[in-house]
Amino acid sequence: MARRTERARQLASRSVQIGFLLALLLLWYLATNFWGVNRLLLPNPVEVWEQLGDVLRSGNYLPDLRVTATEFVVAFLLSTTSGTVIGYFVSRSRFWTRVFEPLFAGIFSIPIILFLPLYVLFFGLGLESKIALGATISFFPIVLATIAGFSNVDRTLITAARSMGASNWLLFRHVLLPAALPVILGGLRIGFTICLLSILGSETIASLAGLGHHIVELAEDMEMSRMFAYIAFVVVMVALLNAVVSHLEARGRRRG
Amino acid sequence: MNSAQSTDAKSGAAVFAAGSGDGASRLKSARRFFLRHPGVVRLGIVVLILIAWEIAARWFMDPLFIAPPSRVFTSLDTVLGTAGIPAALRLTFFELAVAFVIAVTLGLVIGLAIGLQPFARRSLMPIVLLVYGLPQITILPLFILAFGIGAASKIAFGVTHGVFPIVITVVAGVQNLKPILLVSARSMGASRWQLLRYVIFPHMIPSFFAGMRLGMSGVLLGVLLSELYVSTAGIGYFTQMFTENFDPTKLFGLIAMLAAMAIILNEIVRRAEVHFSRWR
Repeated sequence: MARRTERARQLASRSVQIGFLLALLLLWYLATNFWGVNRLLLPNPVEVWEQLGDVLRSGNYLPDLRVTATEFVVAFLLSTTSGTVIGYFVSRSRFWTRVFEPLFAGIFSIPIILFLPLYVLFFGLGLESKIALGATISFFPIVLATIAGFSNVDRTLITAARSMGASNWLLFRHVLLPAALPVILGGLRIGFTICLLSILGSETIASLAGLGHHIVELAEDMEMSRMFAYIAFVVVMVALLNAVVSHLEARGRRRG
Repeated sequence: MNSAQSTDAKSGAAVFAAGSGDGASRLKSARRFFLRHPGVVRLGIVVLILIAWEIAARWFMDPLFIAPPSRVFTSLDTVLGTAGIPAALRLTFFELAVAFVIAVTLGLVIGLAIGLQPFARRSLMPIVLLVYGLPQITILPLFILAFGIGAASKIAFGVTHGVFPIVITVVAGVQNLKPILLVSARSMGASRWQLLRYVIFPHMIPSFFAGMRLGMSGVLLGVLLSELYVSTAGIGYFTQMFTENFDPTKLFGLIAMLAAMAIILNEIVRRAEVHFSRWR
């Protein structure tokens, strides 16, 4: 009985969610088709859908996607390797943890996007400035999570492994890493998200190519329905990537 | 870890013991002092980085692209003296303040409306989380089209960045409220307003302030992003001008001031959080 009401409740909230989204779409359609909302602000959903189909078929998103993907992959690799390695070595000593952790946390609380003009001045408008900014921004959550993960390993576990004669490598592989992994994965996930966002953001603000750049270009050309199609494309891509990363994180947690 | 640290100290002591008596003990006590005061070492590292930056910028790098910190620091007053910059800083501060107030008000109202009813919470929260997870930066050009290139678009973009974390934490705070408190207050005849004022509100204050802190960093991000994207009189205009004129000294100075503003705003909200969650 209880189960059935539970299911009924779930069904009700699901239908509210779907209804909400459908109502939004309907409102959008009515507003652009009948209520005379300016097409330059809000294009017709049907047109956007057609443009999206055209963008996907023609494949002319590919060069921009390649640029953004390259920037993202390089930046995230940089921040992941530097963040985990530096984090690990800092966490080895309680002293250095106490020296560096507040420093990293303090810098992390500043909106680093502020430094974008400096990065553009220093690295130029091309890929380098986006890579550098994305790597900087995502370095901090990763290094902080790595420090937190490794320095909160239960001391009893370490002592026990040591007394049973574990070597440094065995200790790392079978005690430290499994214990710290969930926390580090959380940091990697945050780093992933804000790395992607900062790269899209810096492409929007100052760049020569990339998906963010393309959206701005379409906005400046007033090609609104195509721009909406591109926005939808990017949003869906990011949402998919986030879903994949959450899934990987959950799997890694279970293993760890 | 402690063991690593103590072995470190031991090997250090062994090295120093090899030296002559007096100098070695002085080094040892200096070492102990540093081990006990990580803050001093932290400061030292910051100073070292600044010195390295100073040397690199003064002698090794192109002065068109990077400025040494000493010159940045001494030029702060000329930055402030540049026509329009005080007004731009005031404008940015105004945008931040208005966006923050709107985000907090909206976040509180929406959060309470969603959080206080289980059905609304379960059906609408996934939508809130979904929208929060979207890359808002992609729709920044739309904000400019809808609200113009003035302050309104910055405020709007700041609000949409700041409101979601506040809604989410307010909902979480209401959710953590023990039902027994609500039931007992109601059974003692509390009115709806009294319930809100004396039970719900005090209990969600810690999470509310945590939300305000997250909301503040969201507002900062949104306002600064849109300022940098397009601006006619705000700080974005000047950062672009200094970049295009290859004037790194002023650019560094302006950005340092903005960073200081961001740190102060974050710190105010954090202090408020600590202060108001103390009653528990």
